[in-house]
Amino acid sequence: MGSGTSTQHHFAFQNAEKAFRAAALIQRWYRRYVARLEMRRRCTWSIFQSIEYAGQQDQVKLHNFFSYLVDHFTPSSHNERDFLNRIFTEERSPQASETQNCGDYDSIEVPDSYTGPRLSFPLLPDHATALVEAFRRKQRLHARYVLNLLHEARKHLVQLPNINQVSTCYSEEITVCGDLHGQLDDLIFIFYKNGLPSPERAYVFNGDFVDRGKDSVEILMVLFAFMLVYPKEFHLNRGNHEDHIVNLRYGFTKEVMHKYKIHGKKILKLLQDVFCWLPLATLVDEKVLILHGGVSDRTDLELLAKLDRHKIVSTMRYKTRKENKKQAEEKGNANQTGSAGRPSPWFLPQSRSLPSSPLRPSTHKAHRAGRSSSVPCGVPLDPKELSRRVRRSVDLELERCRQQAGFPAIKEKEEPSSSESEVDSDAEEQPQPTPEEWRQVVDILWSDPMAQEGCGANTVRGGGCYFGPNVTERLLQKYHLQFLIRSHECKPEGYEFCHSRKVLTIFSASNYYEVGSNRGAYVKLGPDLTPHIMQFQANKATHTLTMRQRISRVEESALRALREKLFAHSSDILVEFKKHDKDETGLIALSDWAAAVESVLHLGLPWRMLRPQLVSSLTDNKLAYKSWLENLAKEKLSQQNIQSSLLETLYRNRSNLETIFRIIDSDHSGSISLDEFRHTWKLFSSHMNIDITDDCICDLARSIDFNKDGHIDINEFLEAFRLVEQSCSGGDVSDCPQVTNSSNRDCSSPGAH
Amino acid sequence: MADDRDRDGTEVAVAEFHKKIKEAFEVFDHESNNTVDVREVGTIIRSLGCCPSEGELHDLIAEVEEEEPTGYIRFEKFLPVMTEVLLERRYRPIPEDILLRAFEVLDPAKRGFLSKDELIKYMTEEGEPFSQEEMEEMLSAAIDPESNSIHYKDYITMMVIDEN
Repeated sequence: MGSGTSTQHHFAFQNAEKAFRAAALIQRWYRRYVARLEMRRRCTWSIFQSIEYAGQQDQVKLHNFFSYLVDHFTPSSHNERDFLNRIFTEERSPQASETQNCGDYDSIEVPDSYTGPRLSFPLLPDHATALVEAFRRKQRLHARYVLNLLHEARKHLVQLPNINQVSTCYSEEITVCGDLHGQLDDLIFIFYKNGLPSPERAYVFNGDFVDRGKDSVEILMVLFAFMLVYPKEFHLNRGNHEDHIVNLRYGFTKEVMHKYKIHGKKILKLLQDVFCWLPLATLVDEKVLILHGGVSDRTDLELLAKLDRHKIVSTMRYKTRKENKKQAEEKGNANQTGSAGRPSPWFLPQSRSLPSSPLRPSTHKAHRAGRSSSVPCGVPLDPKELSRRVRRSVDLELERCRQQAGFPAIKEKEEPSSSESEVDSDAEEQPQPTPEEWRQVVDILWSDPMAQEGCGANTVRGGGCYFGPNVTERLLQKYHLQFLIRSHECKPEGYEFCHSRKVLTIFSASNYYEVGSNRGAYVKLGPDLTPHIMQFQANKATHTLTMRQRISRVEESALRALREKLFAHSSDILVEFKKHDKDETGLIALSDWAAAVESVLHLGLPWRMLRPQLVSSLTDNKLAYKSWLENLAKEKLSQQNIQSSLLETLYRNRSNLETIFRIIDSDHSGSISLDEFRHTWKLFSSHMNIDITDDCICDLARSIDFNKDGHIDINEFLEAFRLVEQSCSGGDVSDCPQVTNSSNRDCSSPGAH
Repeated sequence: MADDRDRDGTEVAVAEFHKKIKEAFEVFDHESNNTVDVREVGTIIRSLGCCPSEGELHDLIAEVEEEEPTGYIRFEKFLPVMTEVLLERRYRPIPEDILLRAFEVLDPAKRGFLSKDELIKYMTEEGEPFSQEEMEEMLSAAIDPESNSIHYKDYITMMVIDEN
C-alpha cells in the first residue's frame, strides 16, 4: 500500500512537473508573440508619422515652388500674366462692410422640403443641442444657416482678445480638447461622455477642428453654435489647420465644395475670414496656457496679446508681387540702415535660418527626440538642399535689394518700415503683419516639444520650432505659469506629458491614422488645476477586436501607404539597387536593400524590422529586386494605359498636384481648363526637375477630359489614376489610404454610450 | 583559408547583427540618447528573434544593466551582449510541434481542447504565471465564445500564420 501511494505520488509529481514545464513553454512562446506584436505596432506608428511629416515637407516644397514662380517667372504673354495673377493675387476676404451684408444669406431660400435643422438667432442652448443631435443623425445644415451662423460667429470672435482669459471661479470644471480633424464621432462622444457645454461646464477646443476627417463642416457648426450660446464658457483656439491654404491640401476645401455645391464658395470665403479672427491662445486662471502648437525661445505673450491677429490670414500664404516688393523695400531699408534683420524664407525662424553646422546636427536630433514615447521617425530636409534653398532665397532677396537700391523712385518713397503702412494706392491691399508678429504666431501654431534642451527650427513641419525643456521652463517662469497644454501631434494614447509634466499634449481625434491606430483624450482641470485625463476610442468596432486584429488592420493600412511610397520612387530605388549589384546578378542582399531604400525615401524607418512585411520571396537570402519593384507597380495599375514612369511621377507628386489644382481652381468649381493645367504642369515639372514631356501630360489630360469641353474635373482626374483611394462622395480626404470596409462605419454608434 | 572565410562570414554576420540590434533598439529610444527603459528591453530582445523565459530574460537584463541600476539600459552595454546572444543562437523560438505537445500535456484526456477555466488555471498558477492583463489578452483571441474553450491546434495554426 505504502509503495502504491509513493508511486502515485511519484507520478503525480512527474505530471505536475510536466504540466509546470508545459505551461512555462506556452507562456514563453506567448510572451514572445506579444513582444513581436508590440514591435509591429511601433513600426506601424512610425510609418504613419514619417509619411505624414514627409507630406508636410511636400507642402514646403510646394510653397518654394510658388515663391520661385513669383520671384522668377516673367509672364511673356497677357494670358500668362492673367494666369499668374489668378493664382497669386490672394482674394482677400471682403471688407468688413461687405461681410456684414445680410444679403449674403438672407436671399438664400430654404425650401419647404428641407428637413434638416433650422436655426434662428440669437441661438438658444436647445438649438445647439438639437444641432448636435441632427448631425448625429447624419443630417446636413442648409447653406443659409451655415452662412448665418458663420456671420454671427464672426461678430462674436471679433470682440475677443488674442488670448482668452478663463477663470475657474465661474465654471467648476474646464475641459480641454485637442485636434478633432473633422472627426465628428469623437466630438459627439466627448459631449456624451463628459457632458454638453454649460455655464458650469466650460470647454476649450485647442485648434485643428478641420481637415482630413469627413465632417469638418459639422464640427465647426457645433463649435460655433456653442460658442454663441455660452460665450463666457466656450472657447476656441486657432490651430494651424484653421487656414484656407492648408485646407486646400488637406481636404476641408474639398469637403465644403462637395457638400455645398452652390454656396460653397461663399462659405469658404467667409470661413477664411472667420479663421483669422479665432483667438490664438487661452489662459486659465493666469496659470495654465493653452495653445495649439507650442512655444519658442522668442515667444512674447505681450506681443501676441497686442498684435492684430486678423492680419495673419494664413501662416502659409503666398506673397503677392506687390508684397514682395514692399518687403524688399523694407529689407532694402533695413540693409541700408545696417540693421541686423536678415532676409530669410518665411518658414524659418529668423534667428536660426542659416544652415551653419551647429544647427544641423541638433535639429536632426531634436527632430528625432521630438516624438517622445512614440517612435522617433521622419526626416529633416536634406541639409544640402535646405541650405541651397535658403541661400538661394537669401540671394534672391539681396539681389532684388541691390537692384532696387539703384532706383531713385524707391529711395524717394521713404516708407516707414512698419508694415502697417496704409499708404497704398490699391484699396484692396490689406495691412501686413510685421515679420516678428508673423513669426510669433507661426511659432505658437506650429512648434513641437523635444526632449533635448534648446530651440531649433522645425524643419519637418517647415514652420515653428522644436522647443526643449529649458525653453518651457523659462517661459513658465517668465509669465508665472504652471504648465502648458498644447495639441498638434497625434499620440497613441491620445495624450502625453513631457518636460517634467510641464507640457501636456492632448489629441482628441481617435483612430486618426486608421481604425485602431490610437486613442483620443481630453483633459479636465479642476479648481486646483490638476489635470485629469480621460481617454476614448470612438469606434465600437475596435472594442471587439483583439489586440492582434487591431494591430493587423492598422499595420495593413500603413504598409499599403508605404508600398505606395516605394512605388512612387521606383526609378530612383532601382538606380540605388543597381549600385549594390555591380555584377548585375539581379539580386541584392537584404542589408543593401535596406540601405538603398532608406537612401531614397529618407523616412528613417526600421527597414530590417519591416522587411518581412515588404519582401516576401527570397532566393538564398537575397532579393530579386526587379520583380519586387514590378510587383509594387502591379498594385497601382489603373484602367488607363499609362507608362509606369508617368504613373510613378503622378504618385510621387499627387498631394502637390491636388493642391495645385485646387489653387488654380480659384472659383472652386471643381474643374480647371486644359490650358491652365498644361501651364502649371510645365512650370511645376521644370522647377521640380520632373522628366515628363508636355505632350505626355497633355495627352493624359485630354484623355481625362471626358466630355471634351476643354475642362478637367479635378476629382475625376485624380480618381481616374487612382491617385485618391476613394471617391469624394463623403468628402473623404485622400491623403492617407483608409480602410473602406463599410461594416466598420456601421459599427460606430457612440451615442449608445 | 577556411578560417579566413569563417572570419569573413562571421564579420559579415556580426555587422548585420549590429545593424539589426541598433534598429530594434532605436525604436524604443524615445529621447534619442541611446538608452531605453529597462521595461522595454524584453520586447526588443524578443523581437530580434529570441524566445527567452522570464528567468532567462531577468539574467540577461542583469548583464546589461548598470552597476547601480538606473532604470535605463544603455546601447553600449546592450550591443555586445545581444550580439553574442544572436551569434550563439541562444533562446531559440519554439517550433510549432513542440508547442502543440505542450498543450497536449495539459490535456491528458486528449480532447483536443482546454476549457477556459483550465487555461486560466494553468497560465496563472503554473510556470511563470501570467499577469491579469496577459491572461485577458490571451483569452480574447484564444477562447471560442460558443464552447468557452480553446481548441489549441487551431489556435496555434492561427497564431503562426499571423506571425508571417
